Amino acid sequence: MRAPDMDAGVTAGDVLLAVENVSLRFGGVKAITDVSFDIRKGEIRAIIGPNGAGKTSMLNVINGFYHPQDGRITFKGRTRSKMRPYVAASQGIARTFQNVALFKGMTTLDNIMAGRTLKMRRGFFWQMLRHGPAMAEEIEHRKVVEEIIDFLEIEAIRKVPVGRLPYGLQKRVELGRALAMEPELLLLDEPMAGMNLEEKEDMCRFILDVNSQFGTTIALIEHDMGVVMDLSDRVVVLEYGRKIADGVPDEVKSNQAVIDAYLGVPH
Amino acid sequence: MFYREAGQFKTNYAADMAVFPILQDKIGIALILTLALVVIPLAGNAFFLSVVMIPFLIFALASIGLNLLTGYTGLLSLGTAGFMGVGAFACYKLTTIFPGVNIIVWILTSGLFAAAVGVFFGLPSLRIKGFYLAVATLAAQFFLQWCFIRIPWLYNYNVSGAIEVPTRTLFGIAVTGPNASPEMRYYVVLGVVILLTWVASNLVHGRIGRSWMAVRDMDIAAELMGIKLLPTKLLAFAVSSFYCGVAGALMVFLWYGGAEPEVFSINQSFLILFMVIIGGLGSLTGSFFGAALIYILPIVLRGAPSLVGLDIGAATVEHLTFMIVGALIIFFLIVEPHGLARLWQTGKQKLRVWPFPY
Repeated sequence: MRAPDMDAGVTAGDVLLAVENVSLRFGGVKAITDVSFDIRKGEIRAIIGPNGAGKTSMLNVINGFYHPQDGRITFKGRTRSKMRPYVAASQGIARTFQNVALFKGMTTLDNIMAGRTLKMRRGFFWQMLRHGPAMAEEIEHRKVVEEIIDFLEIEAIRKVPVGRLPYGLQKRVELGRALAMEPELLLLDEPMAGMNLEEKEDMCRFILDVNSQFGTTIALIEHDMGVVMDLSDRVVVLEYGRKIADGVPDEVKSNQAVIDAYLGVPH
Repeated sequence: MFYREAGQFKTNYAADMAVFPILQDKIGIALILTLALVVIPLAGNAFFLSVVMIPFLIFALASIGLNLLTGYTGLLSLGTAGFMGVGAFACYKLTTIFPGVNIIVWILTSGLFAAAVGVFFGLPSLRIKGFYLAVATLAAQFFLQWCFIRIPWLYNYNVSGAIEVPTRTLFGIAVTGPNASPEMRYYVVLGVVILLTWVASNLVHGRIGRSWMAVRDMDIAAELMGIKLLPTKLLAFAVSSFYCGVAGALMVFLWYGGAEPEVFSINQSFLILFMVIIGGLGSLTGSFFGAALIYILPIVLRGAPSLVGLDIGAATVEHLTFMIVGALIIFFLIVEPHGLARLWQTGKQKLRVWPFPY
């Protein structure tokens, strides 16, 4: 697998994605209120907060599944009032889900191959024949997918329908599917939820490897504070849809507002 | 014992991605093709060809069409017969307006008309799913059938209100109309079905098929991966309706030899939907199994008493046939809710490791 192309204007440490004054409402429910933060190229950025703080909504805004009522999203230097899923995907934002959202009827291989869909160019005519250029393209992408399979150590389950896999492996396949898009920004929604210690350690290793080997910028939501503080370069904390803290892990850990949010305050 | 893949190593991705990667499967499909292309036309009589094989192949083709939509893309449709009717009427209009053009060209072209109609009625699929989409396609079914009855232009103002298939030839031999031999009709149907099954297999094993299945299994994830939902669903409607349209044209031109609008009623839609469900959603092989179970089995059952020398009244045989077929459908669905295709897969898996359990 190749590292994503470095854009001319964006070098390591520059802002890859900036969210400015974003507000999202569902009717009268305010999911996100006036939140601003940025994600710098090459970093691991954690988004934490108690349940219902708006973390997943934030990811949905970033990759265009929700359209915020106010605010701007700047990705790779281009400012938009809202993302669209297709634009986000083709611009290099990939995503995994809190509740595994794999294509259950398809094999591991097909799931990860599906991640290459946007990169495949051959049209309907060649697809009907599945020979010549279409097959050549298929093989070329299969090679990339096999590298991802090697990287994630899931060779043995290549041809197994993912619905039959245990949860931990499904999470890994989902990461593989996101990696197949060769994203510049990878959004991980609770990649370690429901895993045992060993699986968590594996997943941490993969996340760090993705970040260092491919230079992929990662934004992750996670509830395991040990993991968050170890992995991430910077942490943003949300509570009730508002940002209450933003900074390096040590700063955030000692922030009184964050402690209050997690432990509660005496009334 | 005979179905072993041990020792069959693949040294490149092309071999691994083949539709039939195992040698025994390749031999199997070659045997089936030989049987269909050589043995059946030589050994079968006119009755077998025109009453069993031709309808079976046409139903299988329609089932493949619906399976692409319902089984692979997860869009439930009850408009199958309507789309088949569009194919049949389009073919009839085309061949009466341009009699000089080869009928096979028109049969395949009529699929395009069905595809266009299918895309139109597929538009609601972006917003509605499941049973609600089924109701929307039901509207297509009723509207199209209404058109077939109420627009006399479609059946060239025939007083009978039905299509009367004219004689058309291929290399000087009649393939449609009253003079066409069963062998000739069988070969044309078989040729079209083999070609379109091959194309369907290519589509579902490639990028397009993966997009369809992605939309079926988890549309949100598919959308966030950059698969545009509406074009993907409409493509499924187009391809599916194309297959149904061709099947409808074949049905009228090479099987019935003439048809009233009643042929394309809701019952036909349900029949094909049942074939798809019993055969196996999301399986091309299953479409053939489903068509065989629902269409051929009753014929076999009807003929069975006289073959073994039992003297049972025709009406009783008919009742028994309904009961047995109904019971078998329930039996198969209890044994394997995912259809005959899954049963076949399980059987093959068992055979691979036989005599060991795993």
